[in-house]
Amino acid sequence: MNWKTTATAMGLALLASTSLARADGELNIYNWGNYTSPDVIKKFEAKYNIKVTITDYDSNDTALAKVRQGGTGFDIAVPSQTYVPIWIKEGLVLETDPGKMENFKNVAPEWANPDFDPGRKYSVPWALGTVGVVVNTDAYKGPADSWGIIFNTPDELKGKVNVVPEMNDVIFAAIKYVGGQQCTTDKEVLKKVRDTLVAAKPNWIAMEYNTIEKMGAGDFKATSDWNGSALRQRLANPAIHYNYPKEGFGLWSDNVVVLKEAKNVENAKLFQNFIMDPENAAGLSAFHRYANAITGSDKYMPADMKDAPEVVIPAADKPHAELQQMCAPEIQEIYTKIWTELQK
Amino acid sequence: MATAEEVAKAAERRDIRDRWLLSAPALLIIFLAATGPLLIVLVYSFLTPGSYGDVKWQFSPEAWIAVFLERDIFDDTLSVAAAHVTIFLRSIKLAVVTTIATLALGFPTAYFMATRSEKTRDLWLFLITIPFWTNLLIRTFAVLQIIRNEGIINTILLKLGIISSPIQILYTDTAILIGMAYVYLPLMVLPIYASMEKLDFRLVEAGYDLYATRFKVLRKIIFPLVKPGVIAGSILVFIPALGAYVTPSVLGGGKNMMLSNLIELQFGQGRNWPLGSALSIAVMIIVMVALLAYVRNAGKSGVRHG
Repeated sequence: MNWKTTATAMGLALLASTSLARADGELNIYNWGNYTSPDVIKKFEAKYNIKVTITDYDSNDTALAKVRQGGTGFDIAVPSQTYVPIWIKEGLVLETDPGKMENFKNVAPEWANPDFDPGRKYSVPWALGTVGVVVNTDAYKGPADSWGIIFNTPDELKGKVNVVPEMNDVIFAAIKYVGGQQCTTDKEVLKKVRDTLVAAKPNWIAMEYNTIEKMGAGDFKATSDWNGSALRQRLANPAIHYNYPKEGFGLWSDNVVVLKEAKNVENAKLFQNFIMDPENAAGLSAFHRYANAITGSDKYMPADMKDAPEVVIPAADKPHAELQQMCAPEIQEIYTKIWTELQK
Repeated sequence: MATAEEVAKAAERRDIRDRWLLSAPALLIIFLAATGPLLIVLVYSFLTPGSYGDVKWQFSPEAWIAVFLERDIFDDTLSVAAAHVTIFLRSIKLAVVTTIATLALGFPTAYFMATRSEKTRDLWLFLITIPFWTNLLIRTFAVLQIIRNEGIINTILLKLGIISSPIQILYTDTAILIGMAYVYLPLMVLPIYASMEKLDFRLVEAGYDLYATRFKVLRKIIFPLVKPGVIAGSILVFIPALGAYVTPSVLGGGKNMMLSNLIELQFGQGRNWPLGSALSIAVMIIVMVALLAYVRNAGKSGVRHG
């Protein structure tokens, strides 16, 4: 019975491969795409003799949905600060107590005890960023430090503005623009937000994520965007400037957590500690082009990032930064309705 | 004799039973793989949304109500879900226009192919299928490279001095239509060609001999005979066009939602899985009704052979 032998062999091979995958010296990272520095990973692998596997996701919701289903085989994920409380509340993450880890002393004081993870019981900062306005100054020379570029577009930019379709970011910006508070329950403010958005849309050319390439090719002359993306655009074309809206702009941070279902808990903890080292944190920044929350990392930062206005928020703009929060489900439902209304 | 008959009957019964048993695994897989997920979608559409995605196992008709009616965010009045209707109509319109465009391009193409010599026919068929070898996303990005502001068309026109500033094609409805027609054209050409290939061109000659005009030959002879191909092609184009996601997003700029975007929103940032499920089922029902109406109409005015 030849097929029996084959089947047995195949079964054994399958068993062997799965047991290998679970062997010691493994770490499975689940992270946003194009976000994990290969150099830093190589360094980690060499230092601890651990094989790292990286799997990409494209949104917080995808990551949350997948991990909640269970059985993913991932050890580490990198949710944004708005989602960290949900991961904790849903019991998806392991209390690894990074606050007590060796390298924790490097975490900048303002990020050592954040509201989304009091006492840093679960998470380690991975990257920090802002959401602002990018303008190609060849097309528009006027003042651009306002959400008005997006919501009350100047004539030169009409039909050339893109909006990154991240619902929470866009509605946050619109609330700031009309003078409200994030996650507001004030219907008057929300109504103004909807009207502002609907009135602004005819001046937009697109609602796309692919801003680096399109700003570079001149398809867009202005866009709402993340700072790291803006930095890459300026390096390609010096006329492109990143602006911090004076009405208030969103601050975000992505954080490394260890999953409760992790098979390689010790390795995951090693990784959490490893990336709080200044040199490694700078290595991560050099790749993803965002700032990090590790003091002392600046001396290892690449030259083109050290004083980059996209990475280092100018002192004058700093008071307008506000950490974005996750709104209550009822508010989120209103956001979705406004969003549907906007894109209908 | 009776026993022989019985034996034969028993053998037949056994045969039927064996057939069922042998096909059972396949039937089971088809049932689980095709019907199973759909049943889950159906069940989910009657549940309560979880706070952060997923569902709570609690019956609720809310999702189905939300498909058709919307509660105003600001004054709490119920009205027809205008946003949903607009998005449904936009998708249906796009699917219809795409079908018409591919038919207009595909019919002559198929005719051209069918009237070549046997040897070259295979070559044409081969050429039509080549785009299928590449991923849909890549084909769409190729179209984008052609029509964008600094793309091939605009660069050539600018260099020739025909235009002084680039024509904005990308992110318009025209761009979506160009992309859709290009992507779905083979699905229209192939079934029409299959019918056209079997067409007896002596009938066409006979038509000319009897003093029919070219148009009359097309309308009275060719079209009725290749109608099954046209129907199949239209269905093959209409259904995927209705759910098109990649092409409208990439070429249209994502400013205006299609049905697929609306559904995706509910499973992503909207966190309303039941509404997403209900919308998906609603789309299926629309497709089914449209198909039934189409096939029935097409059948009624069927071919009459004289």
